[in-house]
Amino acid sequence: MDGEKDLEQLKKEAAAKAKAAALAKKKEKEQSTTEEVSAEEEPMDIAKQKAAAAAKAKAAALAKKKEKEQTTTEEVSAEEEPIDIAKQKAAAAAKAKAAALAKKKEKEQSTTEEVSAEEEPIDIAKQKAAAAARAKTAALAKQSADTGDVEKAKAIAAAKAKAAAAAKAKAAAQGKSAGGSDEKAKAIAVAKAKAAAAAKAKGKASGADSAAVSEEEKKPSPNQPVLDKYIKIIEEHLGKSILEDSYINELSKDVPTLVAKPEAYFRLAEFLKYNEQLSFDFLSELHGTDFETHMEIYTHLFSYKNRHSLALKVKVARENPEIDSLQPLWAGANWPECEAYDLLGIRFNGHPDLHRIMLGEDWIGYPLRKDYEPYDVEV
Amino acid sequence: MIRTEEMLLNVGPQHPSTHGVFRLVLKIDGEIITEARPVIGYLHRGTEKLAEDLQYTQIIPYTDRMDYLAAMTNNYVLCHAVETMMDLEIPERAEYLRIITMELGRIASHLVWWGTYLLDLGATSPFLYAFREREMIINMLNEISGGRLTFNYMRVGGVKWDAPEGWIEKVREFIPYMREQLKGYDQLVTGNEIFMNRVKGVGTYTKEDALNYSLSGANLRCTGIKWDLRKEEPYSIYDRFDFDVCIRDGGDAWARYHVRLSEIGESLKILEQAVEQFPSEGAVLGKVPKVIKPPKGEAFVRIESPRGEIGCYIASEGKKEPYRLKFRRPSFYNLQILPKLLVGQNMANLIAILGAIDIVLGEVDG
Repeated sequence: MDGEKDLEQLKKEAAAKAKAAALAKKKEKEQSTTEEVSAEEEPMDIAKQKAAAAAKAKAAALAKKKEKEQTTTEEVSAEEEPIDIAKQKAAAAAKAKAAALAKKKEKEQSTTEEVSAEEEPIDIAKQKAAAAARAKTAALAKQSADTGDVEKAKAIAAAKAKAAAAAKAKAAAQGKSAGGSDEKAKAIAVAKAKAAAAAKAKGKASGADSAAVSEEEKKPSPNQPVLDKYIKIIEEHLGKSILEDSYINELSKDVPTLVAKPEAYFRLAEFLKYNEQLSFDFLSELHGTDFETHMEIYTHLFSYKNRHSLALKVKVARENPEIDSLQPLWAGANWPECEAYDLLGIRFNGHPDLHRIMLGEDWIGYPLRKDYEPYDVEV
Repeated sequence: MIRTEEMLLNVGPQHPSTHGVFRLVLKIDGEIITEARPVIGYLHRGTEKLAEDLQYTQIIPYTDRMDYLAAMTNNYVLCHAVETMMDLEIPERAEYLRIITMELGRIASHLVWWGTYLLDLGATSPFLYAFREREMIINMLNEISGGRLTFNYMRVGGVKWDAPEGWIEKVREFIPYMREQLKGYDQLVTGNEIFMNRVKGVGTYTKEDALNYSLSGANLRCTGIKWDLRKEEPYSIYDRFDFDVCIRDGGDAWARYHVRLSEIGESLKILEQAVEQFPSEGAVLGKVPKVIKPPKGEAFVRIESPRGEIGCYIASEGKKEPYRLKFRRPSFYNLQILPKLLVGQNMANLIAILGAIDIVLGEVDG
């Protein structure tokens, strides 16, 4: 035990050192880059540069703040470390997100000018996504506030919101003024519009085809009775309100698919395993997916007794994703759940040893999330 | 009185018997293992993340690098998942080429296992025999695909190239040769007393444990469960061939040895029939759109790899890149039972138990 503890401490110390070094480096670099940017601004894509500069400045401010903190509390004790790491993580995430936002907005601006009303719904969706992203940064800031200083976090959040607004306004202005004169943007937009039209025409044609086909042979799947049977058994024993959805997945060899409500997920899984008529004794696969609006756990169960497969799914909130662990039911869910935790950040309650199985405990961020930006001390 | 004290021992990540970069943190009391903690991830390359920016055909080479001892099955599982979603029809000749290459790969994979497992246990010469035969298979696969280990041979809708002139004949000639060698393997090793003492009753688990820990392949069949996806949920054209599912009851390393060795024989049976039925002409790539775009939705398929059940999950948005790709990697699942098997065992049994699971680290780490 002693050996392990020592190791842990050593690791922590090493991590702290590395991080401090990275911070210093980052600060240096940022200062030099911001100077550079202000010195040689070119008229071509001011919006882009400005947005980038804003994001960088923000990050620099953050870094400075953090440094101040560090100097005031000269000796950072081991207890404070986790908070610090969380903050860094939040900062890195926020930076990445701000950059992504600025980029996205720029893109939108240059294309929307030319592309007509057809694309409006898409645009709205994009805006929604952006709004969601912003809300997320706010939430993140809040989170860090829980662990640290409330006032500071608020200030940071406000600054972030301001920076985002500024970047947006600038990008918009630039887009409007540039839209008429920039030939390249025009050409791109025209090409895009053409491609969209072509795709639409194609989609219509194939859509008509598939509609005709599906009308002709809309036979119920051979597994439909099986699914009906499962649902009947489940509803008899667990009540009607346990399932969110149930269907036959025709793309996946007609596998009966159940979508459980998160609060009933474990109960349903337990029932699927131990019920005499169902007895799904084998967990073939478990993994998570980030669907941007929510996370989803996909489980493929198999019953060696009945020789039948079943897909069990559950939707989890994207902020602080948490769900019951299936490890107590199937020991085989142990590592797959660790993997989902490692790569997507989904917490499994009741898991005996949830750890970052592939990347290691000092990795920042969850790579399989769609908004992941690699955090590299060298960059 | 002899006093022992607890000691922490690292096995790996660089250790010849882990067949890759795998680390085991052991707590030992004298010679007895009291706790074992596997540490993995040294070979994690983020295939699933990379795949999100690649078109389906571009992902195929990445699958080669997961289970690099049986890359054909990996190629196939991805293509099979896409084909299932798109409901594609595969030409006969392509199906046969797929089966032949996959079964050759299975034999090669089991040969590597057989050779290296005995090497782990201290027998040097079986390794040389096994690699001699494996080399012949690899040469054949090289001839058809252009790669010795990373084939990149299968495509959505068929295979990349037709077999070169005389290739099928080579496979046909290889079958009786391999049968003869298989007999030799049996005579050389199976009855050996030292070997039997090292593997009999070692690393035993029950049927219930095997199911509970999501074991598959030979690790499952060694407990008496007759389950082989080629037989029970036939994919491709496996339903056309007559072969047996090899099972044993012991649940120990000895049983796993037997299952794998007899599976080589069954693969030879399949090969023999496939070569016999091989269509004399026809296309090797079906009618596939130039840009492969599976419909919006998700699919999970599983097939039998030499190491067990390999699965592929695709979530598609109808684009040319997958939204999410996930491989169910049998070695990753099979390795989970290791800590349970090691506790209370002698140190000398560690390698005998680990080796019998038959892992490939490229697959464990994904």
